[in-house]
Amino acid sequence: MKANYGYKDGSGEYFITIDTDKCNSCEECVKACPAGVLEMVPNDFDIEAEDMPAVTEKERWKIKYTCAPCKPVDREATPPCIEACKEDAIEHSW
Amino acid sequence: MGMKESEYWRWKEYNWKDEDADWKDFDIVTAGVDIGSVSSQAVIMGDNELFAYSNMRTGSDSPGSARKAMDWALKDTDMTLDDIRYVIGTGYGRVNVPFANKAITEIACHARGANWMYGPSIRTVLDMGGQDCKAIRCDERGKVTAFLMNDKCAAGTGRGMEVFADLLSVHIEDVGRLSFEIDEEPTPVSSTCVVFAKAEASQLLRQGWPKNKVIAAYSSAMAHRVFTLLERLGVEKEFAITGGIAKNEGVVKRIERELKIEALQTDYDTQIAGAVGGAVFGKTLVEKGKA
Repeated sequence: MKANYGYKDGSGEYFITIDTDKCNSCEECVKACPAGVLEMVPNDFDIEAEDMPAVTEKERWKIKYTCAPCKPVDREATPPCIEACKEDAIEHSW
Repeated sequence: MGMKESEYWRWKEYNWKDEDADWKDFDIVTAGVDIGSVSSQAVIMGDNELFAYSNMRTGSDSPGSARKAMDWALKDTDMTLDDIRYVIGTGYGRVNVPFANKAITEIACHARGANWMYGPSIRTVLDMGGQDCKAIRCDERGKVTAFLMNDKCAAGTGRGMEVFADLLSVHIEDVGRLSFEIDEEPTPVSSTCVVFAKAEASQLLRQGWPKNKVIAAYSSAMAHRVFTLLERLGVEKEFAITGGIAKNEGVVKRIERELKIEALQTDYDTQIAGAVGGAVFGKTLVEKGKA
């Protein structure tokens, strides 16, 4: 399942996509995020599955700002959450 | 009379019970309680058949609203809460349903509920709730394969429409129909934010626009906004809308126009989809021995 968290406003689209089919619940992304944007939550979509990472409710409407320090405009940089994910399960839309 | 005139936003709150069914004939009775930001529903199902439900406005506290919704659903039955084997709480206030056995996110519940309401061919569900909007893709079992929600604002939601009904002194149930009683389709209002859109609408009214034209301009702005969300997720047929806005033909038809896909229709109340999904999940959990 592709879970998209975030929003769209006048300045653009800000979504963090987590592919739960690729995710192995290792929690490395949660540990890697310096701003605490991600947390592990029960997987309500598949009761057999392990916990999955999700963007916290408090951050869902402001990730453009919270994630900004990991997206320097002057150079290419991969955000630590994406870097930490060995399964390539995390994407940012911006 | 005075009260009615000031309450254009008010939609019908009611309860329903299947008069032909006796709950004692059911093997497994489960319930779903959906506490949303604007409305709350309690749905009681016996062996996945709809038995009784209530649909009301959410009060200022979630546990109180949950109790009230459940009491109302039970009211005309000879059943008590103890007769329900398993209760799922869902929606914005799902963790505050005191008598729920488990809380499940409304995204999973809406997909499962839509699958029950519209049948297994449903692949894309747009839940237009009171305060947010979610686009959901699911498989033939009603299991979510992708979802996208917009957590930022009330644009494209039921609450936004309530604000407009109030501003224009039009009863919320008439908004959809009136939005088509126009000479030509106006340009949508440019702002999707409810606060700014309301200011923009006030200005249009002052310029002499008829009410219906303003409603049309807001309905198409709302439709366009959710269209862009759906576009991002990708839409596959069959497509259906759940939530309160699904009853507003002015928004529904304009979404269909942009998508070039017709939304499936149902005789069920589209507001109960989440709670229905909860009750269906409840039965699955009981059968799997997880309850």
